[in-house]
Amino acid sequence: MLKNLFPSEIALGLAQAAIAALLAFAVVLLARRRNIHLERDASVALVRGLVQIIAVGSILALLLKAPRWSSVFLLAGMVIAAGSISAKRAKNIPGAAKVSTYSIAAGAGLVTAIMTWAGVIDTAITSLIPVGSMIIANAMNTNGLALNRFRSEVLAHTGEIETALALGATPTATIRSYSETSIHSSLIPAIDNLRSLGIVWIPGLMTGMLLSGAKPMYAAIYQFVVIAMILASSGLTSLLSTTMIQAYAFSGADQLLLKGSE
Amino acid sequence: MSADASSAIDGATLQATHLSRVVAQKALVSDVSFEARASELLGIVGASGSGKSSLLRLLNRLDEPTSGTVFLHGADYRQLPPRELRRRAGMVTQRPFLFPGNVASNLRFGPAQRGESVSDEQVAQSLERVGLPGFATHDTSVLSGGEQQRVSLARTLANDPEILLLDEPTSALDEQSKLGIEELIVSLVRHQRLTCIMVTHDRDQARRICHRVLLMDGGRITQSGNVQEVLGA
Repeated sequence: MLKNLFPSEIALGLAQAAIAALLAFAVVLLARRRNIHLERDASVALVRGLVQIIAVGSILALLLKAPRWSSVFLLAGMVIAAGSISAKRAKNIPGAAKVSTYSIAAGAGLVTAIMTWAGVIDTAITSLIPVGSMIIANAMNTNGLALNRFRSEVLAHTGEIETALALGATPTATIRSYSETSIHSSLIPAIDNLRSLGIVWIPGLMTGMLLSGAKPMYAAIYQFVVIAMILASSGLTSLLSTTMIQAYAFSGADQLLLKGSE
Repeated sequence: MSADASSAIDGATLQATHLSRVVAQKALVSDVSFEARASELLGIVGASGSGKSSLLRLLNRLDEPTSGTVFLHGADYRQLPPRELRRRAGMVTQRPFLFPGNVASNLRFGPAQRGESVSDEQVAQSLERVGLPGFATHDTSVLSGGEQQRVSLARTLANDPEILLLDEPTSALDEQSKLGIEELIVSLVRHQRLTCIMVTHDRDQARRICHRVLLMDGGRITQSGNVQEVLGA
């Protein structure tokens, strides 16, 4: 129906986006009837998401003509933005922005670099940017979940942690189990994605490959490769962020700094 | 050694000098100075929010003083590694916060942090000392409040401290358990020559077991001296 109304590809895309946004907003209004107020967050996120993705599309259109190495700068910019966004989800944790940026850079960067070196990810901008961005975005989500959970665990167990410190334990020993819980819970989405791959969902990348004429078997295997890369980078990011955040959660005199109030 | 340290009263195990802690522009502890000796049970008494627990947390450096310091046998505690300081100045909190597992594993926790092992016999002796013979293999989840607090005390004593910091150790206990713990504390202080500093809001408890008291209000010591002088008979 829309194709008949909008012959231009851009106009068609915008019309499709409007319908998808309306559907999302209908759910927001439904939630409001149950006193769950998502209007502001959802509106801002929808507008912001659309503007950002159009901006990225425009940049990609320009970059298609740019040399391959320029994708490194775009990916670095994505890492910085991801660190900043992720840190907002981990509010009230001192040093969260720095820890998030470094962890995402190391987790997503290392996996992307190894896979590009091994030839799994093509160095063409049209391949490296979309796959790299998927890895960074998932590392960002995992990082936010890990730091949020870490904060909740520490705040819920302040007494136990300070008791262990008072008995002469090191900060690392006092929060080992809480760090492990944070890492485990932050990786549940990535593990579930891998577990349900092909059964519950067929991800966008595979759909895109099929639409662009790739053989279904190769598209399927490559999708597994991407999801496995996401798990690897998310795991590394989570591991690094929960380790690095300890330096901000405790003082040099082994005092717990991450507390609710005094 | 600084002038403050050298002026320490002979025999003082612990000397706090001009301790203050300010958080978000609120003074939790203001310019507190006192000393405590071996075999002495010093009570810190005051209403809720008077700064008693905040002061106690400064004594083993769980929190950092904004100004002032503490001397242990004349040595500034900032010069000691925090883990060594906390071994020497052991703390028992209002809630015992026992670790999951059995009683023996809780008693072994402190020494294990220094790579030291505690034999079954030593565990049994420690439990005997706090009135819990045969409790080594009991799971901590099945203990009563009084038993948990005794295990908490034994766990702190397993580190062989010279100073015992007690933060309202009986406030969550029934009358009978409270009196039992009080008796135990008095006995430990006397027989092990411990320096004991106990925070309590219970003036009757301070009258029963403390040798001296510091009365706190608004983060400051408003009165100090022997129990009768400060709290009356």
